[in-house]
Amino acid sequence: MSSVLLSVRDLSVTHGSGTRAVPLVHSVNFDLARGQILSIVGESGSGKSMTSKALMGLLPPNVTATGEAQFRGANLLDKNIAPPRGTGIGLIFQEPMTALTPVLTIGMQLTEAMVVHGLADARDAKARAIQMLERVGIPNPKQRMTQYPHELSGGMRQRVMIAMMMLLEPDILIADEPTTALDVTVQAQILDLLRDIVRDTDVGLILITHDMGVVAEMAEDVMVMKAGRVVEAGSVHQIFQAPGDAYTRALLDAVPSVETASVDSKPTDSQALLSIRHLSKTFSGGRAFGIAASVTRAVDDVSLDIMPGETLALVGESGSGKSTLGRILARLTKADKGNVTLAGTDLLSLEGAPLRQERRKIQMIFQDPYASLDPRQSVGAAIAEPIKIQTTLSKADRAKRVAQLLSRVGLTPDMASRFPHEFSGGQRQRVSIARAIAAGPELIIADEPTSALDVSIQAQILDLLSDLKSENGLTMLFISHDLAVVRQVADRIAVMRAGRILEFGPTEAVWASPRHPYTKALIDAAPVPDPSRKRSARAHALDTFPMTPLIEAAPGHWVAL
Amino acid sequence: MGILSDVPTRSAPHGFWRRLLRSPNGVVGLTIVLGLVFCAMFAEVLAPHNPSKMGTGGRFLPPGGDFFLGTDEFGRDMLSRILHGSRITLLVGAVAVGISLTTGMLVGMIAAFWRGWVEAVLMRSTDVLFSFTETLIALSFVAVLGPSLQNAVIAVGVAGIPFYARTCYSAALVETSKPYFEASIAAGAGPARLVFVHLLPNVLPTMIVVATLGVSTAILAAAGLSFLGLGAQPPTSEWGYMLAGSRDYINRAPWLMTIPGLAIAITVLGFNLLGDGLRTSLDPVERR
Repeated sequence: MSSVLLSVRDLSVTHGSGTRAVPLVHSVNFDLARGQILSIVGESGSGKSMTSKALMGLLPPNVTATGEAQFRGANLLDKNIAPPRGTGIGLIFQEPMTALTPVLTIGMQLTEAMVVHGLADARDAKARAIQMLERVGIPNPKQRMTQYPHELSGGMRQRVMIAMMMLLEPDILIADEPTTALDVTVQAQILDLLRDIVRDTDVGLILITHDMGVVAEMAEDVMVMKAGRVVEAGSVHQIFQAPGDAYTRALLDAVPSVETASVDSKPTDSQALLSIRHLSKTFSGGRAFGIAASVTRAVDDVSLDIMPGETLALVGESGSGKSTLGRILARLTKADKGNVTLAGTDLLSLEGAPLRQERRKIQMIFQDPYASLDPRQSVGAAIAEPIKIQTTLSKADRAKRVAQLLSRVGLTPDMASRFPHEFSGGQRQRVSIARAIAAGPELIIADEPTSALDVSIQAQILDLLSDLKSENGLTMLFISHDLAVVRQVADRIAVMRAGRILEFGPTEAVWASPRHPYTKALIDAAPVPDPSRKRSARAHALDTFPMTPLIEAAPGHWVAL
Repeated sequence: MGILSDVPTRSAPHGFWRRLLRSPNGVVGLTIVLGLVFCAMFAEVLAPHNPSKMGTGGRFLPPGGDFFLGTDEFGRDMLSRILHGSRITLLVGAVAVGISLTTGMLVGMIAAFWRGWVEAVLMRSTDVLFSFTETLIALSFVAVLGPSLQNAVIAVGVAGIPFYARTCYSAALVETSKPYFEASIAAGAGPARLVFVHLLPNVLPTMIVVATLGVSTAILAAAGLSFLGLGAQPPTSEWGYMLAGSRDYINRAPWLMTIPGLAIAITVLGFNLLGDGLRTSLDPVERR
């Protein structure tokens, strides 16, 4: 590494002061050179974001940083010096949806900072902004300048954010989980863009992420943080091949690898537990006088069978309709057309009391562990609820069953009297699982059950689900955007896009020989946690994919081609 | 990842009371309200004179001396009148808010839970009521029912319904769209269970805060009606009515107007501060 841009020594961040001080970051040291990509990895609460906020002078009130961060001959942590935000260090946030001001045009936001910093006059700024938009891969940049953020997709907005930062010609870019909120194919494009920018402009990039796949793909140097401390630092190859610290190893082990083989699945020839036939659902937006301005086909003529005892994964990006399909099956959303039969019962025509009884057979696990439990209901009461509604068990028997369930999901029976806010995200998800299996359902619909969790917790929850599956013969519809997770748990995969199923077959068959271009693009875009397999060029995601009716390409392997 | 989630939050002091007693606003508000309740409960004992007895001392005696807060135009003891008036004030606040709160919550929860045409009918009629000022609704109610304190209270209560219905509706709408609510639906819970076990406990904290703040509005509104002669009738010691009666003597005996006015102001302040304290102690986001 030639010239050191940023030299951080003994950086500590503390919340509060005096005897009530809580250390958030303990003496972190690192150097960043031009053209270097340094990745700070850690789970939530590891202090990785705090470190970057300290450098930017963006710490919340009551939080103080000490130590030294030499940048352009000054200490960034010196409170008397204005932090070189923008022109010195550019920051890219996780949420492109909220990082741009919704009421100003893209052009205004792009040129404003340049003019404020005196880098250009208004006319010059506009020309440079258009040029930069083109550079970050935004089509029709001239036209985009007059648009508002809501007219752009998430990926586009993240590109605009990057353009905005790069226009100020910073020496360092800090990207805090820049792709976490994006779909996997879009994530791949943004990562490619960031890498190109580092190569072309020689900025130093600090990439903060929790995703080992992203690290492997992007970084040259890695710093692993846990509970405010750096547990390990080194080159990416060193970290991945010979992790020195137990935590790093645990973190790497927890990553659901796309390489490991999944549970061996045996195709069952038995009767389908759940049959979906020609199911359709459209949402209409901007309705005025009964005429819809726009119609979204969330689910478009979907037919699927779920066999008893299998885990069927529904994979797709946001807006693919996978969650809507799950919600229709759980009777939380009404379908427009088609029918669904569960073990011979027509599910969609039920209403009132018969429906409530039938609900016992299908239970849901939701994505957000913080919102899926009633904050004013004890955990025990939450788990007991389906039992109370659906069975005639006495109060004592219910309590016994709740205790069993709590132990079954890896919690202790004495936790029944506690309330959700006393639990961590992973523990709450365990409670949700206990609630879902409480009344003995025949089918569990798990809608992104691990997406909101840290990787190590995610691994534990996936283990729990697969235990339940093998021991209790649970049938599960597993909805996810994460192919690596899906590969680990699913017997069969259905790939969904724009409301349609594009490919459907046994996990290994779909994985090993994907036949639909969209499936190929998805698999290709997923970051692989192996630094030696860095891809040079990536097939760019197409906008249109064939969406014809499914044909059987191989036994049990259906493709829309 | 938000800024807050990165800071390990100190575990909140257990229990709602400790949180309330930690907020300065809450403590001051609670003290004022408790003091008011004390005055109302022991008005008979505390009041040195019969509030309605005329000519206890001279007329228009200034505060101080035998009559701590002076006497009014009929020679009635002001302190006794204020103390007795606190009973009516509290009762007016409680009953009026009770009417608005229960009806408003019912309307709001039903609309948010059943949606569809029920929602349309309930919320649109609420909107219609909303488009009139509360005072106008209260006035027209009193006009129909006839002027009396009881009718004034009913009128103020009814006039407040749209506000409570709206607030409860939006709070309930948020809760019904949360996964825990759907999980309960998916478990087969019926409407009664959904509304009483899940919806009510989760909208109640919001509504308690709104109601505390609403007590002061109701007291002001009732005092306003009495001021216009449409509420409390003589010789009732009601603060708003006392205020109205003192109008003619503003130059001669300014304390007749100042004292009930101050009493109303302090009471309203007390309930507002208490409401603010409750908001911080019941709201999980504000907990530190």
